[in-house]
Amino acid sequence: MLARWLPENVSTVGGEIDRVIAVIGYVVGAWLVGAELALFWFILRYRRRPGSRARYVTGETLRAACWVLVPAALVLFCDLVVDYVGAHVWETVKQTAPPAELVVRARGEQFAWRFTQPGRDGRLDTDDDIETLNHLYVPANRVVHVELASRDVIHSLWLPHLRLKQDAVPGRRFTVWFEVTKPGDYPVACAELCGFGHTKMVGVLHAMTEDAYGEWVDLQQIEERDEFWEE
Amino acid sequence: MAARSELATGIPTGRLGVWWFLGGEIVIFGGLVACYILLRLHHPEWAVEAAHTQLAIGALNTFVLLTSSLTMVQAYACVDRGRPQRALIQLGATAALGTLFLAIKTFEYRGEIAEGYTPTRNLFWSFYYAMTGLHALHVLAGIVAILVVMAAVRRREALQRVEYVGLYWHFVDIVWIFLFPLLYIASGS
Amino acid sequence: MRGKQLGFWRRYVFSTDHKTIAKQYIFTGLFMALVGGYLAYVFRQQLAWPNQPIFGFGGVLGPDQYNAFVTMHGTIMVFWVAMPILLSGFGNLLIPLMIGTDDMAFPRLNMLSYWVFFLSTVVLLASFFVPGGPASMGWTFYPPLTSRADYTGVAWGGHLWIVAVALEFAAMLMGGINFLTTTINRRAPGMTFFRLPLMVWMQNTASVLFMFSVGPLIAGAVLLLLDRVVGTGFYVPETGGDPLLFQHLFWFFGHPEVYVILLPGLGVLTEVIPAFSRKPVFGYRSIVISTIIAGVLSFVVWAHHQFVSGIDPRLAVPFSITTILISVPFAVFLFCLIATLWQGAIRFTTANLFALGVIAEFLVGGTTGIVNGSAAADIYVHDTYFVVAHFHYTLVPAVLFAGFAGLYYWFPKMFGRLMSEALGQVHFWTTTIFFNVTFLPQLALGLHGHHRRVADPTQFPWLAEVQHLNVISTIGAIGLLLSQVFFLANFLYSLVSGRRAEANPWQATTLEWVAPSPPPHGNFPEPVRVYRGPYEYSRPDTAEDWLPQHAPEPAR
Repeated sequence: MLARWLPENVSTVGGEIDRVIAVIGYVVGAWLVGAELALFWFILRYRRRPGSRARYVTGETLRAACWVLVPAALVLFCDLVVDYVGAHVWETVKQTAPPAELVVRARGEQFAWRFTQPGRDGRLDTDDDIETLNHLYVPANRVVHVELASRDVIHSLWLPHLRLKQDAVPGRRFTVWFEVTKPGDYPVACAELCGFGHTKMVGVLHAMTEDAYGEWVDLQQIEERDEFWEE
Repeated sequence: MAARSELATGIPTGRLGVWWFLGGEIVIFGGLVACYILLRLHHPEWAVEAAHTQLAIGALNTFVLLTSSLTMVQAYACVDRGRPQRALIQLGATAALGTLFLAIKTFEYRGEIAEGYTPTRNLFWSFYYAMTGLHALHVLAGIVAILVVMAAVRRREALQRVEYVGLYWHFVDIVWIFLFPLLYIASGS
Repeated sequence: MRGKQLGFWRRYVFSTDHKTIAKQYIFTGLFMALVGGYLAYVFRQQLAWPNQPIFGFGGVLGPDQYNAFVTMHGTIMVFWVAMPILLSGFGNLLIPLMIGTDDMAFPRLNMLSYWVFFLSTVVLLASFFVPGGPASMGWTFYPPLTSRADYTGVAWGGHLWIVAVALEFAAMLMGGINFLTTTINRRAPGMTFFRLPLMVWMQNTASVLFMFSVGPLIAGAVLLLLDRVVGTGFYVPETGGDPLLFQHLFWFFGHPEVYVILLPGLGVLTEVIPAFSRKPVFGYRSIVISTIIAGVLSFVVWAHHQFVSGIDPRLAVPFSITTILISVPFAVFLFCLIATLWQGAIRFTTANLFALGVIAEFLVGGTTGIVNGSAAADIYVHDTYFVVAHFHYTLVPAVLFAGFAGLYYWFPKMFGRLMSEALGQVHFWTTTIFFNVTFLPQLALGLHGHHRRVADPTQFPWLAEVQHLNVISTIGAIGLLLSQVFFLANFLYSLVSGRRAEANPWQATTLEWVAPSPPPHGNFPEPVRVYRGPYEYSRPDTAEDWLPQHAPEPAR
C-alpha cells in the first residue's frame, strides 16, 4: 500500500526495508481506517436531534474503560510486532555487513560528494587510486563497502533506489555497504542540510557489469597516465 | 491583589515558585555537567590540562562560598526568631562573601589568561570558562537578589523572601561543590 | 488593585491581568503566524515552479534565501506561534479562570514573561534585516554548519537566532513557573486535583515537560554561541568537540517539546468535545494517567531523530521500541475522545468541527509516526517529505485546528462577543480541504524519496517525475493561506460588532463560564466553591443537561 509509492529497489537489502514499510503500512493503515470509521460513524449517528438527550457515561468503571483499554492493548501488541519486524531488518542492514568485494571512500564536502576508489591493484592509498566527483562507478552484484566521511559539515549520503542513507559527520568515519542487483544509473543526493549549495549536490551511481567496470578502471589508469605525460 | 489568602496546599506560594525555578536551573547545569563528563571520558588527556588549574585558589573560593552559605542560614534563622536587624547583617555578610568569591575568581581568570590558558586553548579550558563563567553569573545574580531582599527587610517587608533567596544561594553553592572536583581536583600529570 | 482605575498603559500594555497577558500572547502569536505563513507561501512557490519570479516576493528565491525561509518558517511556527498561542495564551487565559481564582500566583512575573517574549520576537524579526540575512541552518541548528559563520555566510542572523530562542525559553520558563504554582496553590475550595478540567492538567504537564527538557538545550545553546562568537570548539571535531553532542541535547528537548505543543491542543479538545456532545469526557483518569506516561516516555525517545546520524547502531532498536510504545498512551487518549462521542448529542458548532477535525487529522499524523519510529523503515524515510508530512499532520491539527477550536470556543469569554458561525463553517471546510491537499501529496513525495530542504527538486530526474505532486501541494498551501482570510475577517469583525455573549453561551460546566464575559480584573464577582468534577453533562437526575462545577447539588 505505502510501498508501491517507493521508487524501484535495486539493492539486496532494499527489499527488506520495503517489506518493513509495507508491514507497518498495513498494520497502521488498518488502525487508521478503523478509528476513522468509528469516529465518523459516531459523529453521524449521534448528532443532536430534537428531544434526544445524551447518555451519561463517565468511563470510570473498569468495565467501561475496557472499551478503551482493550483496543490499547491491541495497539501494544501491534507495536511489538512492528518492533520485532523492524529490529531484525535493522540488524541485517546496519549491524552486519558481508565481506567487502570493493572498498570505496566517499567524502562529503560543500557541495559535492568526492569518491575515491582503488585502481587496477584493487587497493586504496596507492598511486593508482581513482578520484571522482559526484559520480560513483561500481560493479553490480558485488558487495561494496563505502567509508563515509566529511570534510566540513554534516552531509548525508542518500541513494533512494538502494534504500541507503547515512549521515557523514566530520571527525567520524562510518562504513556502509550495498550490493546493487541491477546495472544502471541511480541518483545520489545529500539528505542533510549542509548550506546554500545543499540542493546542488546531485550525483549519480553508475552500477556496471563486471566487464564494463573493469574497462572503466582501465580507462581511468590510461587517462591518468596521459595526464602524467602531458605534465 | 490577593482576594483569597488561603492556599490550597499550605506551602507558601513563593517557596513553590522558587522550587520550580530551581528545578529548571538544575537541568541547565545538569546538561552542562553531563556534556563535560561525557566528553571527558573520551579525552583522558584532559587530566593533564586540569593540573594547570589553581587548586589552592579554587579551594579558597570553595571555603568562601561555603562560609557564605553559613551566613545565609543564620540570616534565615534571625528572621525566623523575629530579629530582622540581625538578619540584615548576616545578609550583608553573605553578599560580601559572594563579592569576594567573584573577586578571587576574576584574579584567577586573569592569571590563567596571562599564562595562555584562554577559552580557545583547548576544549578543557573552553568547558572550564563556560562552566565557571555561567556559575559566576549566577553568583552575581544572587548578590543582586540579596541586595533587593535587604532593601525590603530594612522596611520590614516581605521577610519570607530571605528564605527564598537563601534557597537560591544554597543552590548556587551546591553547583560549585560539583564544579570544584570536576574541574580542579580530578587531574593528573 | 481592584476598584482602582488603571491608566491606559497599565491596563492594556504593561498589564498584570492574566487575561490581558493571554490576549497579548495570542495577538503576537497570530501576527507571527502570518509571517510564518508568508514564508511558507514563498518557498512553496519555489518548490512548485523553481527559479521563477514569485508574486508577492518580488523576484526569484535563491537557494540561500530558500534555506533561510524554511529555517525561519519552522522556528516561527514552533516557538513563536504554537507556544505563545497554545501554551502561554490559552494557559494564561484559562488556568486562573478554570481553577476559580482571581489571577496568577505571580502577576508581575507573568507580565515580565510576556515582555521578555515580546523582546525575543523583536530580536527574531530584526534578524531578517541584518547583513547576511536570517539564520539558514535549519530550525534544528545542527553544528558544525552553525558553529562557523563561513559555512553559510550567516553571521549575525545566527547569533540573533540563538539569542531570540534563549529569550523565548526564558519567557516560557517564567510562564511555566506561574502555571504550576498557581495550579498547586490557588485552586478554589473544593477544586481537588481530580476535579481540575483536563485542559489544566494538559497545560501543567506541558509546563513540567518543558521545564525539565529545555535545560540541557539552554546549556548547549550557550556552548554553541561561544563556538560562534568566542571561537571555542565544543562541536567541532578538530578541537576534540563532538557535532553529535548538540543533536543529543537538541532532541532531548525536541521530543518533549512536541508534547509541550501537543498537550495544550489536546486539552482544548477535552473541553470543547464534551461541551458540544453534552457528555462527560470518557475516562478522565485514563486520560490523565496516559498523558503522564506519554510525558515520561518522551524523555527516553530522543535518539529516534538520529537513527542514521551516526549514533551507535545498537542504540537504535531500544529507542525504536520506546518510540513506538508512545503510541499506546496516545491511543488511549484518542480512543477516550472518540468514546466521548458515543451516545452523545453532538452539535456542530465551528469550535466542535475544528475539534473533531483534530482527531481525524491527528490519527494520520500518529499512524505515519510509526513508520518514522521504526529504525529500519526510518533508514528510508528519514529526512524525506514523509517526515515533513508526518509532523505537519500532527502539529497542524494540534496547533492550527485545536487553536481555532479554542479561539472560536473561548472568544466570547475573551471579548464578550460571539464569532460568526456562518463564516466559521466556511473557514473550517476550506481549511480542512486545503490542508489535506497540501500534505497528502507530501506523504507520497516522501515515499518516493523526495529529501528535505532541496530548493529545486526538478534537477533530480527521479523527482522530476513526480513534480506534479509538488505543484498540487503548493496549490493546497495557497488555498490554506487564503482560507485564513475567512478567519481574520471573522475575528476582526466579531471583535468590533459580533453578537453580545452572555456569561455561559455554550452551557458549559467549567468555572470560566461562571465569570462574566469578558471577566473583569479579578475575574469572579464573588468567590466560587467547587462541588464536583468538570464534565457533568446530561446527568440522569437533573432536569437540565448540564450541572456546573460551582452549583450546589440539586434537591432530589
